[in-house]
Amino acid sequence: MLRKAKPYHFGIFILPALALMAVFVMYPTLRTVFLSFVAEDGSLTLSNYAEVLRSRDIFNPGGYEGDFPFGALIHNALWIAIHLPITTFLGLFLAVFLRNVKGGGIVKSFIFLGMVMPMIVGGIMIRFMFDGSVGVVNMALGFFGFPTQTWTAYPETALFSLIFGSVWLWAGFSMILYSAGLETIPNMYYEAARIDGASRIKMFLKITVPLLKPITVVVVTMTLLWELKIFDIVYVATMGGPGGTSNVLALQMYLYAFREWDPGKAAVVAVLITLFTLLAAIPLIRSAGDEAE
Amino acid sequence: MKKKTIEKVAFTSIGWLIGLIWILPLMGILMTAIRPYREVIDGWWKFDSFTPTISNFVNALTHPTASMLEGMVNSLIIAVPATVLPLLIAAIAGYGISRYKFPFRKTLVIAVVFTLALPQQMIAVPIFRLMSDFGLVDTYAALILVHTAWGIPWITFFMRNYFKTLPNDMEEAARIDGATDFQIFYRVVLPNAFPAMASASALQFTWVWSDFFLALILVYSPDKILATQRIPLMRGVYHVDWGLLSAASILVMVVPILIYIFLQRYYVRGMVGWSGK
Repeated sequence: MLRKAKPYHFGIFILPALALMAVFVMYPTLRTVFLSFVAEDGSLTLSNYAEVLRSRDIFNPGGYEGDFPFGALIHNALWIAIHLPITTFLGLFLAVFLRNVKGGGIVKSFIFLGMVMPMIVGGIMIRFMFDGSVGVVNMALGFFGFPTQTWTAYPETALFSLIFGSVWLWAGFSMILYSAGLETIPNMYYEAARIDGASRIKMFLKITVPLLKPITVVVVTMTLLWELKIFDIVYVATMGGPGGTSNVLALQMYLYAFREWDPGKAAVVAVLITLFTLLAAIPLIRSAGDEAE
Repeated sequence: MKKKTIEKVAFTSIGWLIGLIWILPLMGILMTAIRPYREVIDGWWKFDSFTPTISNFVNALTHPTASMLEGMVNSLIIAVPATVLPLLIAAIAGYGISRYKFPFRKTLVIAVVFTLALPQQMIAVPIFRLMSDFGLVDTYAALILVHTAWGIPWITFFMRNYFKTLPNDMEEAARIDGATDFQIFYRVVLPNAFPAMASASALQFTWVWSDFFLALILVYSPDKILATQRIPLMRGVYHVDWGLLSAASILVMVVPILIYIFLQRYYVRGMVGWSGK
């Protein structure tokens, strides 16, 4: 079906795109890998890796007297451990539940707004929600008689505030994908199950969940990528603080590169993030590779 | 039958309650932005006195050190070319890949997913140095180039998927009539590609407008910095003027939200397509 390409076809169709990607994406990527192995005096070394992995900014499992900060790497891991399951299940729940709600489309739009806003504003929203005097979290807590404070300003709660706030921002993503997935499930499956007397929960577990599996793969992968790359929210809401207690890898890379002007250490952190994101993207790369055959 | 009605009412109420809770922080930002600070200091949900004012917006737009008006104009100057350029280049590439046999098709598809996974931090330092060598640091050309290159892979992939669904009878007919490859693309293919182009533009524009990291490392003159970069400047270190900050936040987010509202159909389609099918 496809025509055989002549060399000039390559020139007019592919070359402009390829050239721009080569100069501004591929070259800098390889260069960063290279930089991660270069010492200050210009020789090749592994000392950047040793220094970064030993640094308390990155990995500090003992914490400060058993409390935050635990290092950016562990903070990112916590982010994933809390945020990934909550957003995935919440998105699925909302997609299924709001389908049966009159005006559910409008509610979905409300929820999706968190995804649409720039993440820098998202960070402000989180800061706002958890603020001591104007925040809605404190409104709710005060209503039930709990003490109120600016949750992002305390070492024990800064990171958790950001994580739970980012659930509010990101849940719309899995909800929208699952909603689109639900539309593709033929109604006759449910009708057949209903005739057999299946309960609603059984239908959900035996029909909906298995058929949405491909969507789940995409949702989990994209969410992992988002969590690993998280930057804007932290930058604007807490700047990793107080005292590094809400620091994350992407922010630490920026601080190494553009505050301490240490390209070697910055490159190591960038390479680490990329290794994690590539690991997370394996299912996506595999399915895309199959599809390209 | 009656049980069903009660259930339906219950479902709908719970659904709307969820929506209400979800929108609460946005209501808060809006209320804080349109009221004087002394009214909202104990909580914007208290309405003992309610005096709407636009002074926060005026102050944000004309802020002495971080004018949002200037910032939004700058963001627009970046976002328009950084949407049009990659869209054109990537549409051409995507069309080529969907119609011709190129030797490294699979590599390209894998490269796309690779760039999807790539964090911007991975290019930051070399891009900064490269732009210094070109003398482009602190210019918009630098930012437009990087956004263009960054957008090309996914838009190419996206357009290729779309072109694959278009039958090429018309193109073949045009070819028999003696049209050149480029004429076919320009006259026959492009007009049919409008829905996909609209989806891709909506997303690319939103992303460029919302970008913070690339702007942070490439543009720093006070008069050149973009809208997103001005938000942290307005935050203040010790004291947060929530009225001002809320107004500025609304100004920055209203553009992507308007795009989403008006192009909802295309936006969601793009989002779903972009995440891979």
